[in-house]
Amino acid sequence: MSVRRLADNQPENFEFTPENNAWLAKQIAKYPDGRQASAVVPALWQAQKQNDYWLPQKAIEAVAEALGMPYIRVLEIATFYTMFNLEPVGKFYVQLCGTTPCMLTGSDDLIKVLERRVGPQKKVSADGLFSWLEVECLGACCNAPMVQINDDFYEDLTIENFEKLLDDLAMGRPVTIGSQKGRVSSEPEGGLTSLTSLYGDGKK
Amino acid sequence: MLSDADRIFTNLYGLGDRSLVGAKKRGNWDGTKALLARGRDKIIAEVKESGLRGRGGAGFSTGMKWSFMPKEIDPKRPHYLVINADESEPGTCKDREIMRNDPHTLVEGALIASFAMGAHACYIYVRGEFIAERVALQKAVDEAYEANLIGKNNIHGYPFDLYVHHGAGAYICGEETALIESLEGKKGMPRLKPPFPANVGLYGCPTTVNNVESIAVVPTILRRGPSWFAGIGKPNNAGTKLFCISGHVNTPCNVEEAMSIPFRELIDRHCGGVRGGWDNLLAVIPGGSSVRLVPSHQIVDCPMDFDSLSKLGSGLGTAAVIVMDKSTDIIRAIARLSYFYKHESCGQCTPCREGTGWMYRVMQRMVEGRAHKKEIDMLFDVTKQVEGHTICALGDAAAWPIQGLINHFRDVIETRIDQYAANPHPDPVRVAAE
Repeated sequence: MSVRRLADNQPENFEFTPENNAWLAKQIAKYPDGRQASAVVPALWQAQKQNDYWLPQKAIEAVAEALGMPYIRVLEIATFYTMFNLEPVGKFYVQLCGTTPCMLTGSDDLIKVLERRVGPQKKVSADGLFSWLEVECLGACCNAPMVQINDDFYEDLTIENFEKLLDDLAMGRPVTIGSQKGRVSSEPEGGLTSLTSLYGDGKK
Repeated sequence: MLSDADRIFTNLYGLGDRSLVGAKKRGNWDGTKALLARGRDKIIAEVKESGLRGRGGAGFSTGMKWSFMPKEIDPKRPHYLVINADESEPGTCKDREIMRNDPHTLVEGALIASFAMGAHACYIYVRGEFIAERVALQKAVDEAYEANLIGKNNIHGYPFDLYVHHGAGAYICGEETALIESLEGKKGMPRLKPPFPANVGLYGCPTTVNNVESIAVVPTILRRGPSWFAGIGKPNNAGTKLFCISGHVNTPCNVEEAMSIPFRELIDRHCGGVRGGWDNLLAVIPGGSSVRLVPSHQIVDCPMDFDSLSKLGSGLGTAAVIVMDKSTDIIRAIARLSYFYKHESCGQCTPCREGTGWMYRVMQRMVEGRAHKKEIDMLFDVTKQVEGHTICALGDAAAWPIQGLINHFRDVIETRIDQYAANPHPDPVRVAAE
């Protein structure tokens, strides 16, 4: 639990695009009549995506109005759930998992890379490209250590392949999502030990 | 050692075709209508008979949980199945593979489970960070609607709607009542139980919350028969289980294995052994961060199941096996878990809100050694004040790792204290109460 507040500098307005309004109507339809508050988290997430991956106050108010909720009830949601960025983030927002399974396999080294290349947590780099935050377990522990950058997971990281990944992102070069060591998902490196009757040794 | 013929998740790693076509070829959606024709009571009886215990960490009999739903459906209070895909327990990474690589096991399971409990609607609550998994799952749900396997007028004759919902970064939303609160559009703050969700759940209606893996194995259990599932593993610890092995093994991975597989066999067969050899093993957290650690000499030959690990003072939990070798600063490893619980506390009840912060700050001093030896017992005592006195199990989960550390590695803590005392920090370091 921690204190999370809205940013000091706030844009004057926010309005959902027509596409997002149509999308929101479809989301609300997933829940019983009168239960549109259930769509608050998906709605805030969509607002964040529309607004360069961060949530200003006006977006929170827009979601509240769209769902017929008091402003405070939506502010509660925006501050409670940590994926909502209440301040601007870099073009590449690096969320680094530091919980014990990742710590055991090298997240400390990745923290040093980020501190050297980008600076302290939550501060957007001067070129606007990167900001980062140490987050809690991202649920990819068999592919540790790993990070989430915007919507995507990058796993099986080492100092070398992480530096290369950040270089490639900064230069606009194509990157591979998922394992940076060539694993398809969480199969054991070096060959399958199960499901061999279906997939052989699992090597591509 | 499990043979492939006994495996349920035949596309665990996504090496095969993830689509409905591929899933059907692997046996999913085979004869679902006939399974439903057995009727609610028979299906629940078979799931009970199979011995399936919840795969989300608590290990409660899934069939028994389903039987708590009302037998008569009140038209004003529809029944709901809610599938807990908020996989956030440190060490656990199995449900994401089901959702992105083998999603039709879950979609078919959702239909059958909902039928068994009289629910015509099911919500799958996916953790916010699992965006690729949510997209893949939604794709499978869309395929099932399109093939008329689910929906209002589907080929199975049981109207059923399946919705994918998501969170936005809160471990506490994996607690079933907090999940329901979050689904209703509120902060994920747990409710007191009783009343239990089967009586008052989502929107106040009868609800069952089950883990992804618990639901996804149901179709295969019903197809192959409950005695097949019950025949794997020791008595009361039935079936196959997805194990997530991470940390200091040579090839960390997810793998579907038999319950009660000895720890040594699990690691040697699937993970290339312990890094640096078996002599290099220090301790293991066998079921995700919320269970107490087990030192190497006790875990090596232990069967990996609910009851055997419980006897060691630990638990199978989610079968998230975190392996630590002798290079590990065990105090720091546990302190980092204490930080996790502090971060994830919802703040609703005092022992957790204040206790997780307090326990973390003391653990940090234990990492430095900047403590008195009598504070070790004081810390243990405080964990006992938190455990059992909170609205939900996050308080217990925060307390247990510290208890495991003190029970088995008190000597390491005391040595650290001696080392610090021999060379103390020159200036007192002030820590904010925060």
